[in-house]
Amino acid sequence: MSLHNGLGFLRKTLAIVYKDIIAELRTKEMFSSMFVFAVLVVVVFNFAFDLRVSGERVRQVAPGALWVAFAFSGMLGLSRAFILEKDRGCLEGLLLTPVDHTAIYFGKLISTVLFMLFVEALMLPVFTVFFGVNLFDLRLILIVVLGTIGFASVGTTLSAMTAQTRAREVLLPILLLPVAAPVLIASVKATAGILDGLTMADIAVWWRLLLAFDIIYPAVAFMTFDYVVKE
Amino acid sequence: MKRQRDTLLLALTALSALMILVALYLALIGAPTADLKSETGRYAQRIIYFHIATAWVGFLAFFVTFVAGIGYLRTQERKWDIVALSSAEIGTVFMLGVLVSGSIWAKPAWGVWWVWDERLTISLIQFLVYVGYLMLRASVEDPARRARFAAVYGIVAFISVPINFIAIRLWRTQHPLIFGTESGGLGPNMMFTFFFCLITFTIWYVVLMWHRIRLERFRDDVEQLKQRLMD
Repeated sequence: MSLHNGLGFLRKTLAIVYKDIIAELRTKEMFSSMFVFAVLVVVVFNFAFDLRVSGERVRQVAPGALWVAFAFSGMLGLSRAFILEKDRGCLEGLLLTPVDHTAIYFGKLISTVLFMLFVEALMLPVFTVFFGVNLFDLRLILIVVLGTIGFASVGTTLSAMTAQTRAREVLLPILLLPVAAPVLIASVKATAGILDGLTMADIAVWWRLLLAFDIIYPAVAFMTFDYVVKE
Repeated sequence: MKRQRDTLLLALTALSALMILVALYLALIGAPTADLKSETGRYAQRIIYFHIATAWVGFLAFFVTFVAGIGYLRTQERKWDIVALSSAEIGTVFMLGVLVSGSIWAKPAWGVWWVWDERLTISLIQFLVYVGYLMLRASVEDPARRARFAAVYGIVAFISVPINFIAIRLWRTQHPLIFGTESGGLGPNMMFTFFFCLITFTIWYVVLMWHRIRLERFRDDVEQLKQRLMD
């Protein structure tokens, strides 16, 4: 791919991101439901743990609760990403535009990651208040970014697929969660490590695993996405 | 030609049935008793011959689905889709067998039905991936699209196997193994039984695949005949 083509690809990708952001800013539908859902997950977690988990032990469950909230709200956003296009026949329109189909994938991936990160940025203070653990740490933010990209990279492919099935959003978690299990394991472990005061070197295996996942899955999507959207 | 193939299939079916009987004898009576302290443990240990052979077939079937998926995306030929589907169905059943036989063994050996041990966890996740694969197939009506989606998911899911394996291995080795290691080395006679079971189950897998592929071809034929009648 020449530089010129590369730039063109990037421009087209960003055009799709821009379109998604504009659409979201007009409705605020996806963002609000994702955020409220994430808050609800945290609240439900508190009911589920009851008062058995308190004081120091909260630290032990906090990483898990945090990532369940992120993953579930992310799934909500992912499932909307393509159903929204599908419902008004916009997906066909997108496919007809003279862009490489993988540009659609990367555009959707970037916009989903942005929405998820936005919700997560708002969730961190909520979480800090509810769970009484300080989550404002640059290293933690790095882990959140890496985990979110990994989760969305495989989720975007699967979401494009499930949007075109009969079961639609019901199917997405069933397909996504087992495949994204390494992301959840690594993110939870890395988050727990940071909360326990470990250094980045101590949790190197985890963020490296996330990094590997973040490279492998977009690459897989790059090769297979064409087959997912073509008619 | 067709007659010959049918005879061969019949012979292979009979052979696999016979081998399973021999394998049963070897595993339950023929193989030497393991040198373990508890009596139930000594009996329970005999399940590993079938357990490991089942697991082998489970993962082999998944690999075949993956390869057939690539074959389908390259050629768009129905035969690859049939292979992928057949292998996934058989793999699901074998994976369930792994989980059940593993639990039956774990109870006397570890005192519990289930531990989040690395191998158990990875088997469970693989089983869930298979279930997702079959559910995805069930919810797409258009045959060409179903085949394409299934192929892509088969590839995405298979690539997650090694990543999952690494993640789960790292995740578990962070904790000390509470329940001790599995039965150590196998004696020479045990080795024979072990490999005999492995070969038996592999042949059994081939036979099942053959039958399942044949069935799917018949189904296609019936479908075509129906179409012709309608026209």
